Amino acid sequence: MYIPDQTPRHSVYYNYSIYPFQTPPELRGTTQTYPVVIVGAGPIGLVTALELARYNIPVQVISAEVQVSHGSRAIVFTRRSMEILQQVGIAERMLATAYPWRSGNSIYRGQRVFRLEAPHDEDDRFQPLNNLQQQYVEQYLIEQAQLNPLIELRWGSQVMGVTSFSEHAELQIDTPEGEYTLSCNWLIAADGAKSTIRQVLGLRMEGASYRGRFVIADIKIDIPWPTERLAYFDPDWNRGNTILMHRQPEGIWRLDYQLPPNETPEQALAPESLNTRIQAQLDMVGVTAPWELDWCSVYSARAMTLPDYMHDRIIFTGDAAHMLPIFGVRGANTGFQDAQNLAWKLAMLLKGIGTPKLLTTYSSERVTAAQEIIAEASKSTRFMAPPDRGFRLLRDAVLSLSLTQAFVRPLFHWRTSRPHDYHDSALNALQDDNAQFTAGPAQGMPLQNIRLADNDYLFDHLGAAFHVLYFTDQIVPVAILDAIQTLQHTGIPIQLLTIGNQQRFTDQDGHFAKRYDALTGSAYLVRPDQHVCARWKSLSADQLKAAIYQALGQGA
Amino acid sequence: MSQLGLAELEAVYDALAAAINQVGTEQESLFLTKLVLLLANQLGDQTQIEQAITTALRDL
Ligand SMILES: Cc1cc2nc3c(=O)[nH]c(=O)nc-3n(C[C@H](O)[C@H](O)[C@H](O)COP(=O)(O)OP(=O)(O)OC[C@H]3O[C@@H](n4cnc5c(N)ncnc54)[C@H](O)[C@@H]3O)c2cc1C
Repeated sequence: MYIPDQTPRHSVYYNYSIYPFQTPPELRGTTQTYPVVIVGAGPIGLVTALELARYNIPVQVISAEVQVSHGSRAIVFTRRSMEILQQVGIAERMLATAYPWRSGNSIYRGQRVFRLEAPHDEDDRFQPLNNLQQQYVEQYLIEQAQLNPLIELRWGSQVMGVTSFSEHAELQIDTPEGEYTLSCNWLIAADGAKSTIRQVLGLRMEGASYRGRFVIADIKIDIPWPTERLAYFDPDWNRGNTILMHRQPEGIWRLDYQLPPNETPEQALAPESLNTRIQAQLDMVGVTAPWELDWCSVYSARAMTLPDYMHDRIIFTGDAAHMLPIFGVRGANTGFQDAQNLAWKLAMLLKGIGTPKLLTTYSSERVTAAQEIIAEASKSTRFMAPPDRGFRLLRDAVLSLSLTQAFVRPLFHWRTSRPHDYHDSALNALQDDNAQFTAGPAQGMPLQNIRLADNDYLFDHLGAAFHVLYFTDQIVPVAILDAIQTLQHTGIPIQLLTIGNQQRFTDQDGHFAKRYDALTGSAYLVRPDQHVCARWKSLSADQLKAAIYQALGQGA
Repeated sequence: MSQLGLAELEAVYDALAAAINQVGTEQESLFLTKLVLLLANQLGDQTQIEQAITTALRDL
């Protein structure tokens, strides 16, 4: 019998709610095979569930816990994440309290040696980075899911085992009322870094595990500084190591510091050690305000991914699929892109529109993305926490030079999570005019948002479908309208959005067309996850159909 | 690529030896690493620097 911890977690600013276990039909003697079961109600499992529901796919979500994340964990959400979270309906709620920001500072011996501002485009609705504690993000996702009749949340239910068959999977679940077996056609493993499902299947991640350990401590304190990233290198109180400071809503600051080698997590989290170190950092930056600890934890930097996210009917996503160093705010921000990539492909397959080949591109596209992120994140990790003597010497030389030599300062660049570019995806059109464009998002890239009017942006108008952005000042050719209708009649969700004189978006000053390097008759075909898969200087109906079939995995 | 004449090479030889003595063993590696980065930036040629690294690794 599994008894989840029912005591609300302690926090000085967040009130934990308990989501009680409820007796499932299986424990009342009814069984059925569900189309999709998601294990994990973390941010990634929940976004996957909400995304699938957008395509009318019902999902059961299983979580061992009965409350949201212990501690703030992921606190920085990128613009791309906000665009994804807008589609599942929680972006506005997040923005009500999140702190938007865009500047990062690197400080060495009291001098700011590097400052970088992430670019902000006036066509973007969302700021490059937005700080909000993970508990709130999970809470908003849960409340959104509770409103959706297609989503069933099963709390306090621990997965003990899984059996994989060629056409379905079976879960062994333990609950406060005993064990049961749950059967599903597709199983999504979003059960986090310690994934039970990954372990039961004996799957191994590939990549590097860094030796350095870090403490994360959230404190309540009044510091009247703007929301920016602060990285302190090699301070006197923690020689050779790096300290990060991030501002969060509710008067919370995160301090993140590396531990001396050979110190155990228990030693590091002992109150005396914590207090001394936090106070030393505050003293160094000249903050005298009183403070109170909210939550602390120890983690180590890892840069690893499963080499394949699909195993028969079991699909891995989020931290269960990969573990990424958090320096570039990569954990949750990468997982959201997994969720969004997976949901439409699985939905199309379940509707009989997409092919199994389409679904395998979830794994190929996202494993490639993870590998790219790992390569990039490893560069940051080598600078923030040098893994050996050589890297330490080079890092220290750069620190020392940075006080007077501008050429080394770009090495402080804090590479943050970016949207992945699926430029070599098998879903991209084989014949289009991609190379002829001099502006606009290329094949594989996410759409560029466009500000249409006050508080009105292109992304506000996108739904759970393919979209054809068609630029014209005349009427849309009948052949194109017919092609779209024919596709719709076969059940393919595809929407036409016209841009130009007397069209859906009027584009009076030609700004939209200019950013997309479009003339009358030009078009972009956009996947349901908002990535471009084809673009034409002049669209023909046949090319549109061919590109749609390619994007559904029906290509040669 | 320009080369140093004997007199210049001897001057650099002396200056480098004096600097190494001045920084002491603890900071010697840091000093030399800084020096290489500065010179590499002035040289501005990745291939030549990598070749020099290979050459310096030889016959240790
Ligand atoms: C200390 C710490 C600090 C972090 N800081 C940052 C940060 O600053 N920025 C950042 O981007 N990321 C950060 N992360 C990472 C970020 O929290 C994760 O990337 C993110 O939570 C991943 O979401 P997920 O949904 O994949 O997994 P999780 O959030 O881990 O969710 C896993 C879910 O699976 C459930 N589950 C697990 N096992 C079972 C089982 N056997 N049966 C049933 N249910 C199960 C859990 O109950 C939970 O609901 C941090 C992580 C940690 C641990």
